[in-house]
Amino acid sequence: MRYLPHTPEDMAAMLQVVGVESMDDLFSTVPDECRRRSAPDLPEPLTEWELDDHMATLSGKSTTHGHDDGAPMVFIGAGRYEHFIPESINYLLGRSEFTTAYTPYQPEMSQGTLQAIYEYQTLTARLLGLEVANASLYDGASALAEALLMAMRITRKKKVALSGVIHPHYRQVVQTYLDPAGLEIVLLPCLENGRTDISGLQDVEDLAAVAVQSPNFFGCIEDLAALGNMCRENDVLFITAFTEPLAYGILKNPGLQGAHIVCGEGQSLGIPRWFGGPGLGMFACKRQYMRNMPGRLVGQTLDKQGRRGFVLTLATREQHIRREKATSNICTNSSLCALSAAMYMASLGRTGIRELARLNYDKAAYLRESLRQAGFRIRFDTPCFNEFVVEFPPDFELTYNRLLKKNMVAGLPLSTWYPELKHHYLLCVTETRSRADMDAFVKEVLS
Amino acid sequence: MKEMNELDVPDDLYYTEDHEWVRMKGENVTIGVSDYAQDQLGDIVFVEMPNSGDQFKKGDEFGTVESVKAVAELYMPIGGEVIQTNQALEDAPELLNQSPYADGWIIEIKPEDVSQLETILDKHAYLKMLKGS
Repeated sequence: MRYLPHTPEDMAAMLQVVGVESMDDLFSTVPDECRRRSAPDLPEPLTEWELDDHMATLSGKSTTHGHDDGAPMVFIGAGRYEHFIPESINYLLGRSEFTTAYTPYQPEMSQGTLQAIYEYQTLTARLLGLEVANASLYDGASALAEALLMAMRITRKKKVALSGVIHPHYRQVVQTYLDPAGLEIVLLPCLENGRTDISGLQDVEDLAAVAVQSPNFFGCIEDLAALGNMCRENDVLFITAFTEPLAYGILKNPGLQGAHIVCGEGQSLGIPRWFGGPGLGMFACKRQYMRNMPGRLVGQTLDKQGRRGFVLTLATREQHIRREKATSNICTNSSLCALSAAMYMASLGRTGIRELARLNYDKAAYLRESLRQAGFRIRFDTPCFNEFVVEFPPDFELTYNRLLKKNMVAGLPLSTWYPELKHHYLLCVTETRSRADMDAFVKEVLS
Repeated sequence: MKEMNELDVPDDLYYTEDHEWVRMKGENVTIGVSDYAQDQLGDIVFVEMPNSGDQFKKGDEFGTVESVKAVAELYMPIGGEVIQTNQALEDAPELLNQSPYADGWIIEIKPEDVSQLETILDKHAYLKMLKGS
């Protein structure tokens, strides 16, 4: 690609102004022997990752995609994922137009912001496979709580079933939202294969919705199509949550599998881990339920002169109009994070997201197999995306601490949230881990 | 906004303090919102209606009317079972503005006890209430 800003028309116009016929005429004062006739001998262009590696090598550090020797090699995901973020996003986000303490929504003033949100909504709806997405909520956990409240508004029922393999923090937030309002949560246990056990649902009456996460907290991919069918047969709303939206780059999206509401955390889409926040609550639903949806919504319309424009729409759901009967007491969105996600999705495109998802999947499979061959038990055989659960020997804590001193974090110990899973660790591998990283890790675990 | 003397308040209807009207239609009754209510709300953009077969008690919320600037809840003037809803409102909610007492009806119900109407307002009492407000 050539980075010359002038078109042939621009150049012709400029040549005409200075009064010469062609570029050769323009440079005629430069002696012939000083002029270059062939293209300079430069290497082929590099991708951003290759260039990063190249520059890091030049600066004397051996790295993988910005992974300094001194920086820890973290094999934890569990809701926050280490992904490569294109430099273009940081650059664009740093533009002064986006530097504002409060998202401006006034259409006369804020067409840029509103269009950006509209594009975020469009990309989100496509990624999740549903018809309508809102301008975003605070984070994945509150988005799930809002989805459950929404289901109870639609069905006028006061009970929901929640998979026990939804992220434990999400379940805590849901409880905080639902308990004081006297709304009942039925907790669904986990099967031996790491998926949600729905057999107990037969006996539960008056259920508003069933909520599962996929890939779930153990990294296992739930059988959403089967769950979707079950929900349809029982006339119950089907909510699916996620912590890793990148998975939908290769997995069938939840909308196609019968989900009525899809919600989760968008941090993976170009947002740093930032010690746990701020996040991006992504939220989408079927069109028939949009009037019950929480959060802000930007729509596309025409102005008086017939030009395309963007405005907040369906605002009558919100509390400045509907007061205590609003669909949510949250009237804002995570605009800057949503903007990052929109830029990220647009930068990668459909193909890029698919390739990146595939890379995550393959790398996680590589580490899983390496650990299996090294003699460790992979707890669940169910297909996974970029996370999986390993059972290490009882004395693994010593190894874990030894690895920490070597700047390696050997996954998340699960017994804090699942006491029955003693010595089980949740490991995550994204595109930021090289094969050399993983080989070194397995070697260290074994030594 | 309309002046008091411009308001259309038909003689043959019953009214509630929340501005719903009720019309006897054989054994059933139809329910809508008054000229005063549609005028106060402004351009109506959406009417949320219950499903046929839903049961409500007098005073229950059975739907909402949404205008460009406000949302109003609809309350049952009389208890009963919903027989049908005005499907035309789904595509043309503006009928509520244009014809609040005819084309803009909202639901038809089979009342559980017609005598409940005795406790709500007639035209005279409704007008008196409006003038007082």
